[in-house]
Amino acid sequence: MTTDRAHADHAHEHPTWKQYKWVALWLTLITVAEVWAYYIPAFVASKAFVPTLLIMSAVKFTVVVMFYMHLKYDHKLFRALFTGPLVIAVCTLIAFVFLFAYVPVG
Amino acid sequence: MASAAATASGAHEAHEHHHYTTTGLDHRKIAIWAFIGSECMLFASLISTYLVYKGRSVVGPFPHEAWTSPAGQVFKPILDIPVTSASTFVLLMSSLFMVLALAAVEGKGKPGYEGVLGSSKFWLLATALAGVTFLGFQAYEFTSFVHEGLTIRTNLFGTSFFTLTGFHGTHVAVGVLWLMTLLFIDMKRGLGPRDAIIVDICALYWHFVDVVWIAIFTLVYLIK
Repeated sequence: MTTDRAHADHAHEHPTWKQYKWVALWLTLITVAEVWAYYIPAFVASKAFVPTLLIMSAVKFTVVVMFYMHLKYDHKLFRALFTGPLVIAVCTLIAFVFLFAYVPVG
Repeated sequence: MASAAATASGAHEAHEHHHYTTTGLDHRKIAIWAFIGSECMLFASLISTYLVYKGRSVVGPFPHEAWTSPAGQVFKPILDIPVTSASTFVLLMSSLFMVLALAAVEGKGKPGYEGVLGSSKFWLLATALAGVTFLGFQAYEFTSFVHEGLTIRTNLFGTSFFTLTGFHGTHVAVGVLWLMTLLFIDMKRGLGPRDAIIVDICALYWHFVDVVWIAIFTLVYLIK
């Protein structure tokens, strides 16, 4: 019984050291790309700038949560405990931003 | 009698060492995920406040634009992207060190976990030092902002910026204290595979602090 529980709880499969290092490399490369994009005036002025940065940030966020926080390999309950509040938080954030976008400055 | 006492003692020991809920999952891990879920909402409220007030400051200094005060004093854009990029890199690397610390604790005594690379002490110390370095960058940034004329009371940008990044910095500081506590335990009695859960919980908190910074770095520093 204890062994089963331990298996269900903690003895789940984890990424290997090699995978961890690849994840770190990708995170670094995406961060470099983000900062690089910031220094290209033509790109900053374009409509693609904000969506591109948001997508790159979301990819980094997801990679850390899936691999470093092991959510990809962990129990479904942990996934629900994290993604449930996260979805509510993101929806609230978007709602507030759109709601106040129409309030005049000053 | 002796047998009953031994059984009671064994049950007590089992109760002490196995913190399982009816789901079969460790309640400490469920608790940390529930806590992280609530923290998502806290940081979403702080980021929302920052975004709602973005571009609504009546007086400077501003994050990305230069500003000339009515007295003729010129203020350059206040955010220092190269410095913040360096601190972001340090925090990302701290997450790598943290997973290597957890792997070292889980794999202690197994083949392939010998030497410095398999030393949980080394990786816990590296993570804590990276956290302290990040806090040093933040202290430098806050100090330079104050010297350049931006305080928490200057304008809406200053208020929302210092509140958001200050809350995040406090979380990093708590994480560093937590890591130092684990390092102390490791040095005193050693951390092994049966302690993996306490390192895992700290690691989850630390990675959460990292993902919050990933969002802050893009939304506050990079998006103009």
